[in-house]
Amino acid sequence: MIDPTAASQKTAILVLGCPQVPVQTSIALYLAHRLRQAGITPVMAGNRSAVTLLVVADPERRYLGEAIDLDRAIGQISEKKRDFDLCFVFIHNDAGVSYAATMSAISNAKLYAVIYGEHYDTVAASIDFPCTNIAAKAVHNPMPLKKLLDEEAPWAA
Amino acid sequence: MGCIESLPYEVILRGSSFKESRDYVYEHYKEHRDVPPGFKVFDTHIIGVPPIAIGFDGDFVIFPFTKPCHGTFLLRIEDPKEAARLRALK
Repeated sequence: MIDPTAASQKTAILVLGCPQVPVQTSIALYLAHRLRQAGITPVMAGNRSAVTLLVVADPERRYLGEAIDLDRAIGQISEKKRDFDLCFVFIHNDAGVSYAATMSAISNAKLYAVIYGEHYDTVAASIDFPCTNIAAKAVHNPMPLKKLLDEEAPWAA
Repeated sequence: MGCIESLPYEVILRGSSFKESRDYVYEHYKEHRDVPPGFKVFDTHIIGVPPIAIGFDGDFVIFPFTKPCHGTFLLRIEDPKEAARLRALK
């Protein structure tokens, strides 16, 4: 296992969307777990509700690490004060696509679009910037999205 | 983005898609400019799919403001200094 204290450790930002679709919180915690296992430090960025859902679900912070306000994260990256090796944007609506496009423009991170919800295919089709799409029709059941995530294994790239 | 929320803004479009917001600016404001994502307007980094359209109407600045749960709002704020600053960047 990679030493999590290593100075050269990779980092990943998980850009959370509106938490109204249940699978987001579950997949975000799972992804944080897999990233940690691979020695990659995950940082969660979301609005207050999205972050609070994670913090309450993981009170001992076994999976979560740093969790920051989404607008603050965008500001830090835009102003080149901070960047990440990997970026996962959680998308189930038009706003999510806008956040992914923004991350594509302001960050040098390898970008993954994690797309879910009832209209995942329409949302995925609207993405016309370079990124890796991980898209499944997942609303309440996270397993279709988890399966695709495991197949893509972005933590191993 | 508390800064914008504390300003006296007018909502032109509510809960729109990003493209609808951009098209509205192109169609309704003769004076407009495109900016990249992350560009600062009213001390806020703008979120969106490029090109992001900002419109001008006298001392008013018209720009998109995106929130994860509510989509994109097209806002109109009167601020001669900010309008002048943005125009000068052309």
